[in-house]
Amino acid sequence: MTETTPPAVDPHAAAQDNLPAAPGTTPEPVEVGERRGMFGARDTGDTTGYGGLRAPILFPGAAVRPYGGNFDALADAVEGAIEPGMIERVVIDRGEMTLVVPREHLPAVARALRDDPALRFEMCLSVSGVHYLAETGKELHVVYHLLSITNGGRRLRLEVTAPDSDPHIPSVVPSYPAADWHERETWDMFGIIFDGHPALTRVLMPDDWPGHPQRKDYPLGGIPVEYKGGTVPPPDQRRAYN
Amino acid sequence: MSDSTVFTAADPDEVHRIDDLDENVDIYAASGAESDGRVFNAVGGDWEDIVGEVGSRPEERIVVNMGPQHPSTHGVLRLILELEGETVTEARAGIGYLHTGIEKNMEFRTWTQGVTFCTRMDYVMPLHTETAYCLAVEKLLGITDQIPERASAIRVLMMELNRITSHLVCMGTGGMEMGATTVMTIGFRERERILSVFEMISGLRMNHAYIRPGGVAQDLPAGALQAIRDLIPEVRKGIHELELLMIENPILKGRMVGVGSLDLTGCMALGITGPMLRSAGLPHDLRKSAPYCGYEKYDFDIPVRHGADAYDRLCVRIDEMYQSLRIVEQVCDELQNNPGPVMVEDKKIAWPAQLAVGPDGMGNSLAHIKEIMGTSMESLIHHFKLVTEGFRVPPGQAYAAVESAKGELGCHAVSDGGTRPYRVHFREPSFNNLQAVSAMCEGAQVADVIVAVASIDPVMGGVDR
Repeated sequence: MTETTPPAVDPHAAAQDNLPAAPGTTPEPVEVGERRGMFGARDTGDTTGYGGLRAPILFPGAAVRPYGGNFDALADAVEGAIEPGMIERVVIDRGEMTLVVPREHLPAVARALRDDPALRFEMCLSVSGVHYLAETGKELHVVYHLLSITNGGRRLRLEVTAPDSDPHIPSVVPSYPAADWHERETWDMFGIIFDGHPALTRVLMPDDWPGHPQRKDYPLGGIPVEYKGGTVPPPDQRRAYN
Repeated sequence: MSDSTVFTAADPDEVHRIDDLDENVDIYAASGAESDGRVFNAVGGDWEDIVGEVGSRPEERIVVNMGPQHPSTHGVLRLILELEGETVTEARAGIGYLHTGIEKNMEFRTWTQGVTFCTRMDYVMPLHTETAYCLAVEKLLGITDQIPERASAIRVLMMELNRITSHLVCMGTGGMEMGATTVMTIGFRERERILSVFEMISGLRMNHAYIRPGGVAQDLPAGALQAIRDLIPEVRKGIHELELLMIENPILKGRMVGVGSLDLTGCMALGITGPMLRSAGLPHDLRKSAPYCGYEKYDFDIPVRHGADAYDRLCVRIDEMYQSLRIVEQVCDELQNNPGPVMVEDKKIAWPAQLAVGPDGMGNSLAHIKEIMGTSMESLIHHFKLVTEGFRVPPGQAYAAVESAKGELGCHAVSDGGTRPYRVHFREPSFNNLQAVSAMCEGAQVADVIVAVASIDPVMGGVDR
């Protein structure tokens, strides 16, 4: 094993130890939040003595060459097709490759991934949003899943971030018309504005709905249910062990 | 509860009675919205009068709301059609009438409970959704290689049977929408045979929650394999009956050939997968191109057609059902010789007990109850913790996709290291494929819209989630 190879860490170790957070699988993991205590229950006092524990939530960070498998060839092709500096970092995790792209470069990267003969990611299958409340300055993430049928079902994930205060991301609809409804759904659910989208309107919620339901600061809602004298609170108010 | 929202009855002045309708008020418009032309309300009057009134001004283009409560729009799909006579000049799909926030709800349950929610998305192919979700969770856990072969084989068995039921519903409802009731009765009759096998195996005809992270909820009950073996020839006969009834039927061909056309270029641009893509000539199938659950072990073909119309999609679906039966036969042989476990070995993930039928109904097996209540307090604690708290999943994200009956069904799961998903998103093929409605219907006749939409096979539970 050379020095540049990332240390082989069993990603399953945390689940086996039942510890709150997994160790980073890459040299510089990205901290997306903090986990407190040992058992996840927050609605009572600290009866365990573990309530003071603070553990960072670490997502895999930038991978180090060589990536292993077919990822090096794919990374070479990507580097050949786009200008340097258009990719913030490459993450290899659980057999999947993610390109974290600064939002201003997204349309150019998407176009290159679609058109370059060595890449040919001709399908954008899915657009999904994730709201990381604790990542100040990049709370909103949009994740694109690309598929290249030409290259034998090769897959690639693009990840783009935007701050909550300026939730704008350029649309990929000019390159991938299939992203039309997916981006509308992400706008509907997260309030991310896709600049350049032909008709960015709500798609699942009613047109006059206030708020964006999938955001983490949007409550789930619900009413207590009474049955035979007992009362079950709504799911977001029940005791949780998360 | 002083701060809760109070719903009051509508202002009586704003309620339009049927006798007001001839005043051209759009009763469905948002309050304050101005209607942009004449409004015809098809409520409470004589249908002939409305048609006559519309026909008296033939120069006008009219906008028709087809749905969301129209019997031939597959549930609560709303099609907004601009018509010039019988020709559709613009078609748009309005969705969201069945949005129930399943993805949001899953963030408030454990990883295992998530199966119970996602199975209700596309209720016509619940086992595909469950498998996609479980594959994503297993990828996050890093246990993809540890899933026992028997569990994977049972998943394949259930998914292939589910593919047949889904195609039967598609053809049955599609046939009924064209006025062929017999197609519907045969389709649902054959589906019912398979659903009774599902009931035998999982306890439920739909919404099974049978496939769980780590394996399946329960091993096949005694006699299940024999029941499936008995079922195969019957279902094959039923499919053949449908095939004879439909494939060379001149009326059906007149309604379907060349209708709802979407060529390969259109499919690629719109991200179309599944039978629609294969009817346009591309043999793309994840079971072959990126096998999961051990699909590489089975011998089957990918049916392909080149007409890219509703008729060829029908043919692809019929051929696929025969191929699914082929796979089911092979899986039955494999399961016969593989008594292995159906859950991962890791006791921190695997459910502590198999279910069994006792005198008071179904529950944990008696041996397990004896152990946790009588002999081992640690077992009791473990059972309690795993069931109430669930297991923790290391932080990160994963995407897993299966070839469902309608196309690529993907699940993007994000974990923050907790016992609950941080975010789960489903790439529903129905949602994506419905985008093709405009491309397939514009310029065609109103009657062709029904056939074109039916050939997409959208299920609104999956579209709206």
